[in-house]
Amino acid sequence: MLNTDPNLAVPDDFYAALLRAHEGLDADETHALNARLILILANHIGDLATLEEALALARGKVVEGDATTS
Amino acid sequence: MNAWASRYTRAFALYPYTRHADQDRDAPVRHPVVIVGGGPIGMALALDLGQRGVGVVVLDDHDGVGQGSRAICFAKRTLEICDRLGPGQRMVDKGEQWNLGRVFRGEDEIYTFNLLPEDGHRRPAFINLQQPYFEKFLVDAIREAQEAGAPIDIRGCNRVVACDPKDDHVALEVDTPDGPYRVEADWLVACDGANSPIRDGMGLGFDGRVFEDNFLIADIRMQAPFPTERRFWFDPPFNPGQTALMHKQPDDVWRLDFQLGWDIDRQAELDEDRIRERVRGMIGDRAFDMVWTSIYTFRCCTMDRYVHGRVIFAGDSAHQVSPFGARGANGGMQDADNLGWKLAAVLQGPAPEALIESYHVERKHAGLENIRNSSRTADFLTPRSPAHALFRDAVLDLVEDHAFARPMVNSGRLSAPASYDGSPLNGADDLPGAPARSRPGSPCPDAPLGDGFLLDHLTEACLLGIGAPVPEAVTIDGVTLKGLTLPADGLIAERYLGSAARSIYLIRPDQHVAARWEAFDPGPVALAVGQMMGRAC
Repeated sequence: MLNTDPNLAVPDDFYAALLRAHEGLDADETHALNARLILILANHIGDLATLEEALALARGKVVEGDATTS
Repeated sequence: MNAWASRYTRAFALYPYTRHADQDRDAPVRHPVVIVGGGPIGMALALDLGQRGVGVVVLDDHDGVGQGSRAICFAKRTLEICDRLGPGQRMVDKGEQWNLGRVFRGEDEIYTFNLLPEDGHRRPAFINLQQPYFEKFLVDAIREAQEAGAPIDIRGCNRVVACDPKDDHVALEVDTPDGPYRVEADWLVACDGANSPIRDGMGLGFDGRVFEDNFLIADIRMQAPFPTERRFWFDPPFNPGQTALMHKQPDDVWRLDFQLGWDIDRQAELDEDRIRERVRGMIGDRAFDMVWTSIYTFRCCTMDRYVHGRVIFAGDSAHQVSPFGARGANGGMQDADNLGWKLAAVLQGPAPEALIESYHVERKHAGLENIRNSSRTADFLTPRSPAHALFRDAVLDLVEDHAFARPMVNSGRLSAPASYDGSPLNGADDLPGAPARSRPGSPCPDAPLGDGFLLDHLTEACLLGIGAPVPEAVTIDGVTLKGLTLPADGLIAERYLGSAARSIYLIRPDQHVAARWEAFDPGPVALAVGQMMGRAC
């Protein structure tokens, strides 16, 4: 089950770290980093159903039980 | 004869045309089974049926086996099927055995996989063997079976020109060097390949995806010390931005496979000097001879239904996959394995016609599994969009340093037999603690037994008592089961009992598990036997 409640202790710290990771990269390098990051996080999460929920959410599709997404 | 032998160059002439008495009859002769197409699937099925005493005619539009290595990777399950049919040992003796796959990116090795990481199996994960040898060994086995009385009739240079399916038989018109004749079949099996004329003639669809990529096969002969393993490259220095594959075959022949991309000049790529240059880039300064070259594209397609009344489709005529994963010929051999005993049981009495429908259910399930695996490999090898390329490269970037990414590398998910989960033939799974690998529907795992192996003994429908006695032979509703009582120890216990103390297994004639229990109880066994024979379909 995908957790969509706030879950980061200090969201601003994560956001800053994310921007730092991309600093100085051109568009191709940024895309490549994001792709690696997705694979790393997906492996950490491990559960396919959760990942499929996340993919649907990111794609902008309606997630079961979440009528607010269009 | 020349007009008949010109469609392709023969490797072996195995069934030259001879006039058959059927051609001189006024009325068409009816045969229990007619197989159209004498490729590996048609011949394996004919051998299986003939050994079961079912009269079978094979109609082939040529007089032998075509030239060219073509399929080379024959999987463990195929060898087990061929062991049951007879020619397995000859294939293994001639073939090159391998279990290891090695994956490189650029010049670096990034991933190694072992396709048979456990002991206690008679056969290796794969042998490499040129398809003409594979077919010849099957035909040799048919000749031996014929001498022993098996009712198999191979008719070379017999081309089906009209196929008229009726409610209870199929009427055929067949052209020969002596002119046409008519023949009929209770059951027709179309093993006539990916471009199946029978399928097209019946107006049946073959739907799926075409992949926009070209691959060059160069089979060469050379002396080289490379080990017998599957070697696969992403972005090698000798084929930058593309992939490449190397396999050892018998007779010092090596299969080299180069990805070329979509927009190529086909004629230029087939130029011998151009191919030699590619080959030298891969193997260095070794002397070599060209044996066979071909440029191929591929598609993944399947028929909607594999059974249409009395016409049954098997092998590439029913489903086609990309070559990566060796799921074409190996999948087709499992079609033959699945269909042989069912046709025999329907024609010889103990099973209703409904059993044939289970061939469609089980093999369509397997066909879709093969297509799913094969398509995913193709998507990895041939990225169709910037996103595909992005994630493929991300996996390859991560793989050297991070174990988690290795299983994502997809250079081919190699053929493994399907488990018929959800099949209407599956009976009870009433054995707590037993391993999932031997659940009803799955192919029986091999294991050592005495001086040989378990699968050697599973040649017919069987009751297998492990740590529990079963009768030596028992006949239930017209079905005779061979009984085998085995001690509950060693790898048999590990692969069939798990934490259970004892078990009874009902095994189908194709060595798939039908049902399993803790103890022999005639009532539930009789129920499962009925189900296995399609009486509950």
